Amino acid sequence: MPPTAAGHPAAYTEVYSSALYRRRRWTNRAALTLSVATMAIGLAFLTWILSTLAVRGLVALRPVVFLQSTPPPGSAGGLLNAIAGSLLMTGVGILVGAPVGILAGTYLAEFGKGNWFAEIARFVNDILLSAPSIIIGLFVYAVMVAQMGHFSGWAGAMALAIIAIPIVVRTTEDMLRLVPVTLREAAAALGAPCWKVVVLIAFRSARSGILTGVLLAVARVSGETAPLLFTALNNQFWSSNMNAPIANLPVVIFQFAMSPYADWVKLAWAGSLLITLSVLVLNIVARIVFRQQKAG
Amino acid sequence: MSAPPSVVPAAPAAGGASPFPQGRVAAHARGQRLADRLFQGGTLFFAFVVFSLLAAILLSLYWGARPALDRFGFLGFARSREWNPVTQQFGGLVQIYGTLVTSAIAMLFGIPISFGIALFVTELCPRWLKQPLSTAIELLAAIPSIIYGMWGLFVLAPLLADHVQPWVTDHLGGWPLVGGLFQGPPLGIGMFTAGIILAIMVIPFISAVMRDVFETVPAILKESTYAVGATTWEVVSHIVLPYARVGVAGGIMLGLGRALGETMAVTFVIGNAHELNTSLFLPGNTISSNLANEFAEAVGGLYTSSLIALGLILFIITFVVLAFSKLLLLRLQRMEGRPS
Repeated sequence: MPPTAAGHPAAYTEVYSSALYRRRRWTNRAALTLSVATMAIGLAFLTWILSTLAVRGLVALRPVVFLQSTPPPGSAGGLLNAIAGSLLMTGVGILVGAPVGILAGTYLAEFGKGNWFAEIARFVNDILLSAPSIIIGLFVYAVMVAQMGHFSGWAGAMALAIIAIPIVVRTTEDMLRLVPVTLREAAAALGAPCWKVVVLIAFRSARSGILTGVLLAVARVSGETAPLLFTALNNQFWSSNMNAPIANLPVVIFQFAMSPYADWVKLAWAGSLLITLSVLVLNIVARIVFRQQKAG
Repeated sequence: MSAPPSVVPAAPAAGGASPFPQGRVAAHARGQRLADRLFQGGTLFFAFVVFSLLAAILLSLYWGARPALDRFGFLGFARSREWNPVTQQFGGLVQIYGTLVTSAIAMLFGIPISFGIALFVTELCPRWLKQPLSTAIELLAAIPSIIYGMWGLFVLAPLLADHVQPWVTDHLGGWPLVGGLFQGPPLGIGMFTAGIILAIMVIPFISAVMRDVFETVPAILKESTYAVGATTWEVVSHIVLPYARVGVAGGIMLGLGRALGETMAVTFVIGNAHELNTSLFLPGNTISSNLANEFAEAVGGLYTSSLIALGLILFIITFVVLAFSKLLLLRLQRMEGRPS
């Protein structure tokens, strides 16, 4: 840092007009302008993607989308079977993933202080959080699809559960750690056993936070495509049989968007809009719930 | 605190002095101890499930990949560019190359943009705008990857093909050394487009970490620098960045891990071509997009096994990158003295 002569009024004008000062000011201005520009770029992409989706999706979104199953090429139809399949698998996936995640997160927050097992479990969980989801699909293919001999909705739901678990573990642990120790100590001082302290005190005060994690997991899972490609596969017809290939929105979107048929591409846009809307709404609800947690 | 009430039933040590019948207190305490053990054991079990998931994934991938690795050898597989289901010759070079190149493009564009965003949010932005802008950028991460794929295929790819790629080919295509990267017909589909989409997708991850670590820089350091007459940029480049460099590296690694494994967005625009093209504008393949395109239809043990071998390679690469990222961020946390 070159020493400036700010303390010497006599040298003031000289400093302010010096080449060095001008260069520093211009560098600063350029850097800050670029910074504003990058922010604008980020926001531009967000609005660009969302507006494309709104324009092309709204055109394609007709009541029939919710009333009929996916059509063969060249005829009209809807996405009913895909929506139902997605809801079913997401539901089962969360019903399996959320309790596992909450309990594992509880262990890490309540019993896993300074013990090596918890340290490693936390590390593994963070890796799983960002691991490629297609690898999860491969894993479930190997342990379920290959063993059962056929693709199935159960396998898809299991893949979704494995993706949901690390998200729930992470938020549950973080939220339980926010619960003041004094609350726990007060309960313990009254003679409450450990499980009561956790279930009746810690869980209750971290309730909204844990719910945030579950909501975020639902949001993440409902847009996942890669792990379903070779677990749930797809089904052109209405089916609620979880033991067989089952239609689901993401895979239908993938298949229809890559196809040369205009009707199919249109349906893909409608499906994309549906998925994005539900994911964004879930995210925003999660944020509102989280704010309650912080306030309460 | 005054003296604790002696009527609390679950204070087994004081059992003798309790007004409750001793047997009932002891039984109750035993029951609670059992419940405690069950509860703790239960949570431990599920923590163990999470803990063992990683090993289970690795083992199952290795198991599935063994036929291919036995046949071609690990290095032979990774170095061969052949991918021919008919002659049963498989190699992963094209896919590994595509994975690394698309991620490199993503980092090239993603890192400066993320840095600019983090800088804007932490140093320039008015306080009331901070939260909404951060949320908006985070929403980029919430958009499902298949949507990026749709948008990339129908909006970005035609745009790049019509306006950007011809210009770049005209101006950079003739350069020595790097010219080859920008040649070929402007298809719109290819590694360059995939890299751009990946760049947009990693921005929220990298910028969020950068923003968080920038905010850990003690205000007194920045204030002292301002006090000796530094400009905002000088404060950022001389004080904030050096202070936060470990965390910045961790954030970049996190973004890289995401980019390497991203599947659907890339699958839409990469072109699924099994050729090793030097030009970024030509179609290629990545490990994840190859899996997405071919795994469900792969017939024959060796074909499936080769795809799983690719998955294993991808998993190992991302594991190393993500573990490195995690270690950097952990080190940062220790340096910070674990702020809660």
